[in-house]
Amino acid sequence: MPRIRIDGQAYEVKEGLNLLQACLGLGLNLPYFCWHPALGSVGACRQCALLQYRDEEDRQGRLVMGCMTAVADGQILSLKADKARHFRAGVIEALMTNHPHDCPVCEEGGECHLQDMTVMSGHHHRRYRGRKRTFVNQDLGPFINHEMNRCITCYRCLRFYRDYAGGEDLHALASRNHTYFGRASDGPLESEFAGNLVEVCPTGVFTDKPLSQSYTRKWDLQHAPSICVHCSLGCNISPGERYGRLKRVQNRYHHGINGYFLCDRGRFGFGHVNHPERPQQPLVRENGRLRPVAASEGLAELARRLETTERWIGIGSPRATLESNLALRELVGADHFFTGLGSHPNALNRALLELLRLPGVNTPSLREIEACDALLLLGEDITQSAPRMALSVRQAVRGAGRDRAAALNIPPWQAQSVQIAGQNARHPLFISHVTATRLDPIAEATYRASPQEQAALAFAVAHCLCPEAPAPEGLDEQAQSLAEKIAEALLHAKRPLIVTGPSSGALPLVEAAGQVARALLNARPAEACPPALIPVFAECNSLGLTLLTQDAAEADLEQAFALSEHGPVGAIILENDLFRRAPGPLVQGFLERLTQRIVIDSIPSPTLNAADLVLPATSFAESQGTLINNEGRAQPLFPVHALHAERRNSWQWLAAVAGHRALKGFASPADALATCVTAAPELAPLSQALPSAAHPFTRLAVPRMPHRNSGRTAAGANLDVREDQQPQDHDSCLTFSMEGAPAPWLSRQSGIGARLPFSWYPGWNSNQAVHKFKDAVDGPLRGGESGMRLDLVCRDNGWHRPLPVDTEAQGLLAVVQPAIFGGEELSNLAAPVFQRAALPCLRIHPDDAPAWSVADGDRVLVRGASAATELPLRVDPRVARGIALLPPTCPPLGTGPTRVSLRSLGSDPLIATDHPEPTDG
Amino acid sequence: MDKPLTGALRDDRRPLTLAEYRSAGGYRGLQQAIKNLDPEGVLQQVKDANLRGRGGAGFPTGIKWSFMPRGVGAPKPRYLICNADEMEPGTFKDRLLMEANPHLLIEGMAIAGYALGASIAFIFLRGEYTRAAAHLQRALQEAYDEGCLGSNILGGPFSMELYLHTSAGRYICGEETALINALEGRRANPRTKPPFPQVSGLFGQPTVVNNCETLCNLPAILAEGAAWYRALGRHEDAGTKLFAVTGNVRTPGLWELPMGTPIAEIFEQCAGGMAEGYRLRGFQPGGASTDFLLPQSLELAMDYDVIGKAGSRLGTGSLILLDDRTCPVAMVQNLTHFFAQESCGWCTPCRDGLPWAEQLLTEIDAGRGRPEDLDTLLDLCDQAGPGNTFCALAPGAAAPIQSALRLFREDFDAHIARGSCPYHD
Repeated sequence: MPRIRIDGQAYEVKEGLNLLQACLGLGLNLPYFCWHPALGSVGACRQCALLQYRDEEDRQGRLVMGCMTAVADGQILSLKADKARHFRAGVIEALMTNHPHDCPVCEEGGECHLQDMTVMSGHHHRRYRGRKRTFVNQDLGPFINHEMNRCITCYRCLRFYRDYAGGEDLHALASRNHTYFGRASDGPLESEFAGNLVEVCPTGVFTDKPLSQSYTRKWDLQHAPSICVHCSLGCNISPGERYGRLKRVQNRYHHGINGYFLCDRGRFGFGHVNHPERPQQPLVRENGRLRPVAASEGLAELARRLETTERWIGIGSPRATLESNLALRELVGADHFFTGLGSHPNALNRALLELLRLPGVNTPSLREIEACDALLLLGEDITQSAPRMALSVRQAVRGAGRDRAAALNIPPWQAQSVQIAGQNARHPLFISHVTATRLDPIAEATYRASPQEQAALAFAVAHCLCPEAPAPEGLDEQAQSLAEKIAEALLHAKRPLIVTGPSSGALPLVEAAGQVARALLNARPAEACPPALIPVFAECNSLGLTLLTQDAAEADLEQAFALSEHGPVGAIILENDLFRRAPGPLVQGFLERLTQRIVIDSIPSPTLNAADLVLPATSFAESQGTLINNEGRAQPLFPVHALHAERRNSWQWLAAVAGHRALKGFASPADALATCVTAAPELAPLSQALPSAAHPFTRLAVPRMPHRNSGRTAAGANLDVREDQQPQDHDSCLTFSMEGAPAPWLSRQSGIGARLPFSWYPGWNSNQAVHKFKDAVDGPLRGGESGMRLDLVCRDNGWHRPLPVDTEAQGLLAVVQPAIFGGEELSNLAAPVFQRAALPCLRIHPDDAPAWSVADGDRVLVRGASAATELPLRVDPRVARGIALLPPTCPPLGTGPTRVSLRSLGSDPLIATDHPEPTDG
Repeated sequence: MDKPLTGALRDDRRPLTLAEYRSAGGYRGLQQAIKNLDPEGVLQQVKDANLRGRGGAGFPTGIKWSFMPRGVGAPKPRYLICNADEMEPGTFKDRLLMEANPHLLIEGMAIAGYALGASIAFIFLRGEYTRAAAHLQRALQEAYDEGCLGSNILGGPFSMELYLHTSAGRYICGEETALINALEGRRANPRTKPPFPQVSGLFGQPTVVNNCETLCNLPAILAEGAAWYRALGRHEDAGTKLFAVTGNVRTPGLWELPMGTPIAEIFEQCAGGMAEGYRLRGFQPGGASTDFLLPQSLELAMDYDVIGKAGSRLGTGSLILLDDRTCPVAMVQNLTHFFAQESCGWCTPCRDGLPWAEQLLTEIDAGRGRPEDLDTLLDLCDQAGPGNTFCALAPGAAAPIQSALRLFREDFDAHIARGSCPYHD
């Protein structure tokens, strides 16, 4: 470990760092702009200058840029020397010649890195008397505001957007002090990670557009450590609330999962929380209409109705917390608890869970994915269904360039040199999917075929790797040679990775993914790094729900439907819209047969409209509970703001039932969690999250609000001048207040990293404060991250035998294409996300059109086994033959893999739409 | 006197055809290299000749080459680039060479390519040099036709493709790594060094970038030998150099003279001294980005180290003279305007510091300056000093400002005190 001296103080630092990383890691304040922990150094802003002395005798020293200078043993440095301070202040002064100083009206104000660094550098007096340059701003779509006059030209936006995230429509235009960061013309930024510009930009050029519609400064927002609920990855988020309204979502650092970046669905998809049609209080059906009642009356109604019927079934949900699902299961009994999913999605989820159980195979975190060097994506378009993972896959592919640079002794943080040396070197990425994906441009090879054919390809890969794995039949020559190429790449990689998911709806494909991993394990030498296999699930708690119901004899929606046909039965439907889960006629029949329909949910839905009793559930922003992500990591959610008087966590409604159905073990969030711990042996590690002597909830008092939160005591003065007592939180270490432990003290506490509601540290108001809570700049939060991996039991089910590809089947196989925007229930209620959703349409391959006498631009009737729908048709050569690619909003047309027929209804009469034309690839 | 650079030029300055060039001794150097020397031998010859880069920095060419990985295991392809993006105000030496004797450059590049094992070479030409482009294009065709370029050059085992690329503009493309970025189709921002281009250059491959005039010295060095070349210099440095004089002299122009020629000789004998009615106040010895010197420095020899010790740089060897009837503030303002406009926009002291300096100089020149502006100017020059910025553009831009502030301070003070320019009365 190199020993260096900074301002007379001796330090030991990690080898291979640059001086800026080292200084920040040591807790020293060295201002910077262009450097970013995930983007590396480029030496553009010259802000992190410090003085380096030749030797003990040297009194002059020489300015060096911290971010561009590697640490070396024996370095003598100074941050505080006048020359260094003067230079750093001078850099800010030069940056400020064109900065508009519009802080009072700038939405970055209060969490602006430029403000922080200006104060830190000591520049305070303006000498420049000239005019400032001005720019024309662009409309960059519903997510991002553009105010180029504030730009300090650090190039971070470009480096994130283009180099890191692979976006192509943001450019640096013009040059000198007129460099302009924008698109060639107005229009939404195309990258699904554009929202990160809000945090990547050190000042207010790119700001959060939905936030500006109802703006609140960071210091006035109340935050909580929360988990994104818009896909199964469990990215850590920091939602901000004011006056009972969720205002925005920002990234919350998690070393293993999201790091510094979120996808735009996760960032902008929270509109369901503020949705005007959201149930605000219990609703009781009277004379055919739902009447709002008080919480107490709702509870009484629940108790009364539970008594009216003897038999009850509970329908759970993959988007409800573990606690809520478990409470419902306890209430109705395990035999009467259903997942709320059909048999096919349940089977897929169980198959995906089996992948996590494969012995000897590694389940990588997103960070570990970034280090993989040969990747196979099987039947899952992660750019749409698990976008943050796609960003990690990009980093993995870029790894070849990093390797090449490393061979030239270029340190990994020298971002520009790494890029030059690496040029377009890529680790092999193979993508097998029914259509084009946005990762195709960086793929070594793509395979577009039906899910069955894709499974055959994967089985062939497994067979190539390990002859014991049964070979599929009838694979054509081209696919065979591709299989050999994939096998070769995976076999010789240092860290091979296989990704799959449920989107293609094909069980064999999921099994084949496991087969490849198993074959790889057999084929690789024992000392080699174990192959990595990561499934993606459909929803935020799909895995949690699967773990609760994996051994149940009956958990499928079809079985619930059947049950309702035999005698009177009532149902409690938990956070689930059944019309999204099964064909409409079947759901309708089921709901009609029920004697009682009790729906607990936080969003409006057709299922909710059919209820006799609606109990308003908390959204994620008011919930306390546990979600289990795709890698089997259980993570806690904490409420951002105190409960609305008429709303409850779903499990709290159920726990309040008295009488013979009274629930034990759900008295408090901790109690509910403790009940979860015992619900299944594999959930035992959850006990780490329980309050204990080492981590008592109440002693820490982590404030949810920044200490400058203004007007807290006057916020309700328009209603009552007497100050309300602040809501108390007895169930976590967080407080609904700005009062509590100060940030510097908290930063030194072990185990607090995972409970940080927001990033703040004296002098560091922006999210960049996060390094103050880490031991090393590139390391995890001090004292551990949010969540714990479950101890999944390993199980080896042996080789799967490939099924022959069915060539006789009639009709097109319906496959629902996931979509980042418009493809998910909750975020569809967020206006900006819905605006970005493409026009729903059916896509088929041109070769399939003549057989059904349909043509591009037609409106077609798509008929499945149990339901039909009308959609505009796009004929698209990128879709595999034999596939009817349905939009994510399409209601289920059958149960399980469904074949559909098409009938043209003439040309589509639609002449204008607010939706963007569908684009992808 | 021997003139390796311009000796063969026609009096009418029309470009030499290949035949004319050959009859003037052309392609002898390349012949010598390919027939009688291995690449190491050529490299040694260039080292022995003590050839230093003529682009401005004066870095020894042989040493620059020796950083290029060579031999069996070296990465391929390797590239050679001629930096012909001559855009420094007051500098027009490469233009003459390329317009009047394009084969000299082509031969020089073939020799360098042979020494470096470069299979692909580019001439990165300033876009406005359309005449040079036409002449080079014609000469390239001739050279390919005659086997001086392409496969098996002059019948030997060495092959090299040479392409002419005309720049889309920007002064910064003269910075070798920005040039490489531009050639790759990226924004013309300089690159981080290290790694140097010899290790990771064009398309990440080993690359050497040499100035046009540097390469034009190679044919003579190979043909006549290192000792002959060294002996051409009158002082420490070897060979000859193109020296230019601009300003109010009797005969402004461009001359090939031995390295180490005293400035006074260039000024008086070649340029004929100051024009009638003008007195010399100072001069920039090496182009627009070099520090001003005073008339007492006229006795100095035009050698890299001599000029360096005097507090300026030999640069491109293009003398720019300041006379007593020209306002030094206006002159520096004009220069600064150029550099501020040509900043690539990458690093702060250059991108935002230079326009500020220009704004202050404009204010001072217009009589709206304040005494404290001079301190600000000096501050800005310090900020833009060597090592503080990403590349050498800003230090080059600061050089005339800070030297003018030191040498012609009374002019700045007078502007501020009078509230107007004393040269405009």
